[in-house]
Amino acid sequence: MSGSTAHGAAAHRDYAGAKIGMWLFLFTEIVLFGGLFILYSAYRTKYPHEFHTAGQELNYVIGVINTVVLLTSSLSMALSITAVQKGQQRLATWLVGLTVILGALFLVNKYVEWSAKIHHGLYPNGPELLKLPPGEGLFLGLYFTMTGLHGLHVVAGMIVLSIMLVLLAKQRIRQDDYVKLENAGLYWHLVDVIWIFLLPLFYLAA
Amino acid sequence: MNQEHGHVVPYATFVKVWGVLLALTMLLTFTSKRFHEALSVWAMLCITPLKAGLVFYYFMHLKFEAPLLKGMVFVALATLVVFIGMLFFDISFR
Amino acid sequence: MTTIGAGAVYGNEASFLTAGGRTGPLSWILSTDHKRIGILYLASMLTFFLVGVAIGVLMRLEQLTMGPTIMEPQTYNAMFTLHGVIMIFLFVIPGLPASMGNFFLPILIGAKDVAFPRLNLLSWYLFIAGAVVAILSMFTGSGPPDTGWTFYAPYSLRTGTNVSLAVFAAFLLGFSSILTGINFVTTIHRLRAPGMTWHRMPLFPWSLYATGWVQILATPIISVTLLLVIVERVFGIGVFDPAKGGDPLLYQHLFWIYSHPAVYVMILPAMGVVTEIIPTFAHRTIFGYRAIAYSSIAIAALGSLVWAHHMFTSGMSEFANMIFSLLTFLVAIPSAIKVFNWVATLYKGSIDLQPPMLYALTFIFLFSIGGLTGLMQGALALNVHLHDTYFIVGHFHYVMFGGTGIAFFAAILYWFPKMFGRMYNKWVAIVAWFPLFLGFNMLYFTMLILGFQGMPRRYYDHLPQFHTGHVVATVGSWFLVAGLLILLGNFVVALFKGAKAEANPWGGVTLEWTVPSPPPTENFEEIPSITHGPYEFNPVVGR
Repeated sequence: MSGSTAHGAAAHRDYAGAKIGMWLFLFTEIVLFGGLFILYSAYRTKYPHEFHTAGQELNYVIGVINTVVLLTSSLSMALSITAVQKGQQRLATWLVGLTVILGALFLVNKYVEWSAKIHHGLYPNGPELLKLPPGEGLFLGLYFTMTGLHGLHVVAGMIVLSIMLVLLAKQRIRQDDYVKLENAGLYWHLVDVIWIFLLPLFYLAA
Repeated sequence: MNQEHGHVVPYATFVKVWGVLLALTMLLTFTSKRFHEALSVWAMLCITPLKAGLVFYYFMHLKFEAPLLKGMVFVALATLVVFIGMLFFDISFR
Repeated sequence: MTTIGAGAVYGNEASFLTAGGRTGPLSWILSTDHKRIGILYLASMLTFFLVGVAIGVLMRLEQLTMGPTIMEPQTYNAMFTLHGVIMIFLFVIPGLPASMGNFFLPILIGAKDVAFPRLNLLSWYLFIAGAVVAILSMFTGSGPPDTGWTFYAPYSLRTGTNVSLAVFAAFLLGFSSILTGINFVTTIHRLRAPGMTWHRMPLFPWSLYATGWVQILATPIISVTLLLVIVERVFGIGVFDPAKGGDPLLYQHLFWIYSHPAVYVMILPAMGVVTEIIPTFAHRTIFGYRAIAYSSIAIAALGSLVWAHHMFTSGMSEFANMIFSLLTFLVAIPSAIKVFNWVATLYKGSIDLQPPMLYALTFIFLFSIGGLTGLMQGALALNVHLHDTYFIVGHFHYVMFGGTGIAFFAAILYWFPKMFGRMYNKWVAIVAWFPLFLGFNMLYFTMLILGFQGMPRRYYDHLPQFHTGHVVATVGSWFLVAGLLILLGNFVVALFKGAKAEANPWGGVTLEWTVPSPPPTENFEEIPSITHGPYEFNPVVGR
């Protein structure tokens, strides 16, 4: 198929091309976080005991709860695509809305976690952290950086999904044209996948 | 403007995958808390990619996509793995 | 199948330069037409290039005498940092893909535009935003960074200069590069004209395809590394800071995991352009089409595995040193394959030494010197002596300037008539070559010698034994700049006074020569149907 693009609203849409483009963008996100995973693996090798000790500072129950929250949000996201494909516009809208709410819940948990740490002086250059041995300080530094960057991506995803809600309401996403929602979903699932890796690295390291 | 009709995944499939993901998460947590360290690291190295794989394959629809897209995903992941691996030529041997 | 060389087929359709009466500046900076975006990039990029050249000239002036000449040491450190940042991030990396790739990729594959035209415009906006932030870093706060364009930790974490702003500029520029890569890879997969199989696609698009993958898979690593530098400076995370248990070598690894593949982003499209030019002016099909196509992919792949050859003396393990040295030797092979193929294309060709051909042949010569000196650096024993000397500086200027830079000029010489519908003065272009070639070699070959003798790079001053070499190099820089100004000035004059150019002034056989000069907005009145390979010069083959 040789689609051709023109300018403006009358563009012939290339469904496969739009998907390829989105996946290529996702690769950049995978490599972006990959760089941080590279750092984590290097320092874990260098400071195995300190990473183990510092891991005990993190509450694995919140970590698991957040994992369940994000996995469920991925479920609602995936279900919304099926709903659009079946022409169930309202159900799709509710499901996307649920995804956004679960994202917000994730962020609330994260806020609670971070404030507890900060309150106890355990943040980069914080008084308690500076007293820790270097390896433990690095663990926490990586924790804040990686969950922070991930959190920014959750926020971005929620913004994108909110826009999708508007488009769904206006019928600009519908049964015969839903690639935007699919692509937004792909982004959201990747955010979930990154968390799937963050969970054991930080919360189950102890 | 008709979108080429993508393959429709039934609701039930997604719910089942979600169930498996939750179960794997519980398994992962259990093994990390209860097993001795080396074993729990291995469990983590097996279970985590499996969870990610399920999200890629079902939620992200990769199972039903053309071989080209699957190939591209493979190239991207392999690149990252190679970067990490080659870094360890330095780190492990210093 | 459209008739080759018959621009008259299209009648009086308005060109993209004036289409629909849209000619004001706003119509340009809001345009999603890949051709306009290519020209926007070309104009901004050449401006930054000239700034970079000016800084280079000033650096060479400083080295004309021992001791202070025209600036203080701190200024010199800022100068070589800026020279590197501007040349690399604002000129060579965006370089051919963003300018000529944007303009010609769709036309070469028979498409009306790229896959994501609005994303294309966004990538230019990000490019300009990055440039603005880089300029801000020069003139605000504690002044421009003095770390070198490599921003090595821990100094980049400690210095008071505007490192955070400068690396944020590089971050924006990286994002711009990523979007271009995504656009081109998708375009090549989805928008080739009917009948244009992969093996009927011209070789410049092949090179852009390989480049696009590197842009997608390597750039994010530097994005995150630069973000970490900012986070370190602002929050003190400690990942690269030895005082906090961090490892500065990890910074170098992450930095070079991108920055080495980045040089292949720089050179692959340049090789692609040369591969377009040589068949046209040898009036022969390219020798070894598949070898050139696949070697582009091989260079992109292998080139992503050699990054630590920038770190041989940094304290890495011996094992890593050996592996990376071996891989560095291997990556020379696909590059050499291309050189053999270009030269073989000339054999029994009917060679027409027009300006694009002259510069394309110059590319082969200068790039070969650059490549061979690179091999020398890849040898561990030699590297101990050559690392951080002027030899390295000479090497990378041979490949980046003698290679990509010259190919960039060759591309403009080749495609200027198509882009603007005017022909430049060919004699002036050839006259410019002489001081350019002479000056280039006086400047950079001398550096190879200086480096061998032990002159360190990024040094504000030099010892007496290096003085003669420095003087020769500085005089060479003046000849070089003279050649550049003549060459570029010629283009500017041609924009306003050049003779009208026909659709196919060079007798080329790829698709861009079948559309008018300049092309209409949608490139093709009718998308062509392709029935044969891209470099068929044999008149017996049916058209």
